[in-house]
Amino acid sequence: MRGSATGTPDAEALELTPDERAVLAGERGEVLRRAMASVVRYGETFDARRLVAIEGAPHLVTSFGTGTMKPFFAMLDELIAAGARSERPFTVNPRPVDRASVRYGLADRVALRLLYGEQKRYERQLAALGLRDGDAFTCTCYLPEIGNTPARDAVLAWSESSAVVFANSALGARTNRNAAGIDLLCNVLGEAPEFGLLTDGGRRATWLVDVRTQALPEAQLLGSAVGQRVVDGVPYITGLDRWLGPAGDDATVAYLKDMGAAAASNGAVGLFHVEGVTPEARDAGRELLADGASRYVTDDGELERVLRAYPVVWARPDAAPELCFIGCPHLTSGQLAGWTERALDALLDAGRPRLAVETYLCAAPQVQAAFRSGHGATHAAAVRAGLRFTSLCPLMFMSNPLARRRAVVTTSAKLRTYTTARYFRDADVLPVLVSGTVEAAPS
Amino acid sequence: MSATFHGRPVLAGELSGEALVTRHPFNTLASFIKCLTTGARKAVCSDQDNPDLYGKVLTGAVLCLPQTIGSTAAGLILETAVHKGVAPAAMLFSESVDTLAASGAILADVWVGRRIVLVDRLGPEFLDAVQDGRRVGVRADGTVTVA
Repeated sequence: MRGSATGTPDAEALELTPDERAVLAGERGEVLRRAMASVVRYGETFDARRLVAIEGAPHLVTSFGTGTMKPFFAMLDELIAAGARSERPFTVNPRPVDRASVRYGLADRVALRLLYGEQKRYERQLAALGLRDGDAFTCTCYLPEIGNTPARDAVLAWSESSAVVFANSALGARTNRNAAGIDLLCNVLGEAPEFGLLTDGGRRATWLVDVRTQALPEAQLLGSAVGQRVVDGVPYITGLDRWLGPAGDDATVAYLKDMGAAAASNGAVGLFHVEGVTPEARDAGRELLADGASRYVTDDGELERVLRAYPVVWARPDAAPELCFIGCPHLTSGQLAGWTERALDALLDAGRPRLAVETYLCAAPQVQAAFRSGHGATHAAAVRAGLRFTSLCPLMFMSNPLARRRAVVTTSAKLRTYTTARYFRDADVLPVLVSGTVEAAPS
Repeated sequence: MSATFHGRPVLAGELSGEALVTRHPFNTLASFIKCLTTGARKAVCSDQDNPDLYGKVLTGAVLCLPQTIGSTAAGLILETAVHKGVAPAAMLFSESVDTLAASGAILADVWVGRRIVLVDRLGPEFLDAVQDGRRVGVRADGTVTVA
């Protein structure tokens, strides 16, 4: 079936300016007409009433040049040929391959070349469309070391679900959960349809989540539980301010980042408020709760139930772990230092010189550089102990069909969701890495 | 006994086919990622968290679902699935489509010229009435009949 010229939802609801109508009529060329038609139909589907100007630099999810994405590459070629470009330089998700830091076998190299054979072409396209620089590849673009940190209330058109939920929740910026493709089209046009999380009404909390755990819960598990329960709702979370400080300190940033990533991938959460912690909750408190908001009480037993429900999908469930990825989303500088110190302490306690499992700590290039310069001796000791540092996307690594056959462990609920990697809590994974057996994890 | 439901045609079309039903939210990226990174000619659902669909063929199905969830690469994944001819023929939502599935379907329609039929807001009764293998008819005005 061929597409119709206009979308089915109410085309009259979205009012366009004369300039926008001219673009939609093709007066600026066929490519921009299709870009505008896509964005307008997107807005109509969600009852947007107008397009609004984008006020911050973009972040895009698509960092991988996979050969199957032919229509996407063709669209980018058409945009480039038409002279389209993002008004502001953008950041993009991590690269799928890191040959400088990751050990690949011959079979892996062949498989990755087949899977990501269009990577160089794709990165040339990104450069032509406004990529900030060659180090702009991370899912944590908002960290201070990278600097794509949007201002409070700034209208954005971001993708990457973990970055979207962080920008909305911890920074108070405004972006919908935009899909790959639509994100770039909005930023080329400089406008996004106004609906959902761009509006005051769409940012009201539809769920009250009451956390009654005995200690600060594992961020990944709490996020997973919240995502599964509220699905696409906006949770207002109480009880965490017993342990979390203001949204700006490294530990809180790391917590909100990991909780949000799990909620966004295990559900469709694009915004959460944490009482006493996130900016809108600090300003408005429970006035953010919408009338008739649902309620979800969670405790240690509930989070244990969520953990036990994760399926183990290793080819051989009793296999010895071969690989570990920590840092999906990428780690903060505080997390990088913390993991390194804890791993070295665990080895010291066990009387072992090196980890038994090949372990990668994933972080943005700038965060790694800051860690090396600030903690040179620790970094060197970590490398000697078998820890490796990379800026790749572990999800993209695991998309290699050969990787699916390997026994991979992770502390990321998001990586677990999309791959065969097996999840362990932060405290549980270190005994596994030191001993080389999953039985070493506390039950 | 047949039952009729009225939804919103997000991307209109007319077809009939066999229902494939999930009562769990459909994670678009998790469901298609294996197919689109292995070059398989049929999409077999790879979402390990969805016991209704895991391991079942999505290609050509009339997928009946509550709503879509997951990460934002989903739009591109769905567009690519439509382009490769491995997508479902239709996605029929009891609740509202999410921004990601909607975008993927719109991009395929505008930039590829291929359409997957999307109808949402059919109501929870729709998922109560439909089961795997039932014949489902879709009309351009968003009317869905479960035979």
